[in-house]
Amino acid sequence: MINAEELSSLRGDHPLDEVSKVAEKKNWAKDGEPISRNYVQQPPLIPHKIKGYQINLKFNKCLSCHSWKKYRESGATKISQTHFKDRDGNDLAEVSARRYFCTQCHVPQANAKPLVENTFKPVDAVKN
Amino acid sequence: MTLGKKIFSGTLITGFILGIIFWGGFNWTLELTNSLSFCTSCHEMRDNVYPEYQNTVHYSNRTGVRAECPDCHVPREWIHKIIRKVEASRELYHKVVGTIDTPEKFEQYRLTMALSEWKRMKSVDSRECRNCHDYESMDFVDQGRRAVKAHSTGLDEGKTCIDCHKGIAHQLPKGWEEAAAKAGL
Ligand code: HEC
Ligand code: HEC
Ligand code: HEC
Ligand code: HEC
Ligand code: HEC
Ligand code: HEC
Repeated sequence: MINAEELSSLRGDHPLDEVSKVAEKKNWAKDGEPISRNYVQQPPLIPHKIKGYQINLKFNKCLSCHSWKKYRESGATKISQTHFKDRDGNDLAEVSARRYFCTQCHVPQANAKPLVENTFKPVDAVKN
Repeated sequence: MTLGKKIFSGTLITGFILGIIFWGGFNWTLELTNSLSFCTSCHEMRDNVYPEYQNTVHYSNRTGVRAECPDCHVPREWIHKIIRKVEASRELYHKVVGTIDTPEKFEQYRLTMALSEWKRMKSVDSRECRNCHDYESMDFVDQGRRAVKAHSTGLDEGKTCIDCHKGIAHQLPKGWEEAAAKAGL
């Protein structure tokens, strides 16, 4: 026979008959100023909420503020020229398919502690 | 009491009672047809717009206050409500003829419906939104940066909620931006 206290499973060494500790929930950060970038070519982090934003074949909500047509009105940073290039470097008239799903590269932030320590420091010359 | 008087007051009382029953029943029917479960009793509504709405802030949010289909689509004041209900009997006709009875047909007809809904909302200065969201009671300090900017300028310029908040409860169809711009919505 195994004693419950001695058994450590994925659940931790928490006795089965006790209520387990509730994991801390992470909250998305509120809308804020643009977050400074750490290196050249970094996809900038999203400094605002994006919950519920539709990005599919029919409509891309991000572009309703970030497109070249709309950025002035919305006050958003316009997507850069790179987003119109296909993989062979040709310039397209619309956002390239490989840049259409914005959240593949751009992510919003939560109040989460980094899982591992990171000592990366940007080179002074390209800091902003 | 003479016979004539008896009949007269009898009719009056019966009329009165019938009136109550009719009136109550009428309002009861109105209430019954003013719920999420009624709206989603048709598969046209249940299969297309309902699941999308379930992923939005008006279905589930921090405070647990829910906005249901009639809150946005059916006016609250009695007279506007009756008018919308009479209009909505059109939906019964389309139900019978099967205008949107498959997902493909729904998608095809969606832009038409969206445009008509935007037109209705714009014409009443987004009344149904404002039933819950009062501009006067918004605390700009608590709102996000983008919201504050848009609200403090946009609303002053005479814009209304639906001008900026399209697709708040459902997915938007392809080509809606051009269509809305063309219709001045
Ligand atoms: C309602 C308009 C709006 C929508 C929709 C929107 N954004 Fe933004 N976004 C902004 C604004 C405005 C800023 C600039 C932040 C500021 O100054 O408040 C911004 C900033 C950003 C930045 C940072 C840019 C920089 O220079 O650092 C990224 C990245 C971004 N958004 C990505 C996205 C993505 C991805 C989506 C879709 C999921 C999206 N945004 C949807 C308005 C919008
Ligand atoms: C494959 C990854 C990728 C995807 C997908 C992508 N981006 Fe980017 N984005 C980047 C990178 C990398 C940069 C920074 C370098 C550059 O400008 O190309 C960037 C830069 C930006 C910037 C800042 C531009 C500037 O002038 O500094 C904005 C705004 C932005 N992206 C928005 C978007 C939006 C909106 C989408 C979706 C339509 C999107 N991105 C899709 C990788 C991506
Ligand atoms: C009898 C089945 C049925 C029920 C019940 C029903 N609908 Fe519909 N609805 C339809 C059909 C069919 C259409 C498409 C025809 C049309 O546009 O009128 C439609 C269209 C709509 C539209 C688009 C109208 C427009 O302006 O083009 C809205 C909004 C809507 N329904 C909301 C609701 C709401 C809210 C409820 C509950 C109060 C509801 N429906 C209950 C069948 C139904
Ligand atoms: C029955 C009341 C009610 C009605 C009607 C209503 N809302 Fe809301 N709305 C709410 C509640 C409750 C929330 C969530 C508040 C919270 O975050 O807890 C909300 C949230 C929102 C948000 C914030 C979205 C986000 O992601 O944080 C927007 C934008 C919004 N509503 C716009 C509208 C518009 C536009 C209409 C009209 C088409 C409308 N509302 C109609 C009650 C309502
Ligand atoms: C000029 C455009 C514009 C108009 C008009 C407008 N809004 Fe907004 N609203 C925005 C933008 C942009 C945001 C922030 C981006 C987002 O939430 O997607 C926002 C955010 C919101 C939020 C979330 C606030 C937060 O920070 O949590 C609510 C609620 C809201 N709007 C309700 C309304 C209501 C109700 C009306 C009509 C009285 C209205 N809005 C009119 C553009 C507008
Ligand atoms: C927060 C307000 C809100 C709620 C709640 C809401 N709707 Fe809508 N609905 C809208 C708006 C605004 C439109 C116009 C199109 C758009 O902006 O997405 C719309 C459009 C529609 C359409 C036309 C098709 C389309 O997608 O444009 C139908 C049908 C519909 N709603 C039915 C429903 C049903 C059924 C429910 C309940 C399950 C519901 N709505 C809940 C605001 C709402």
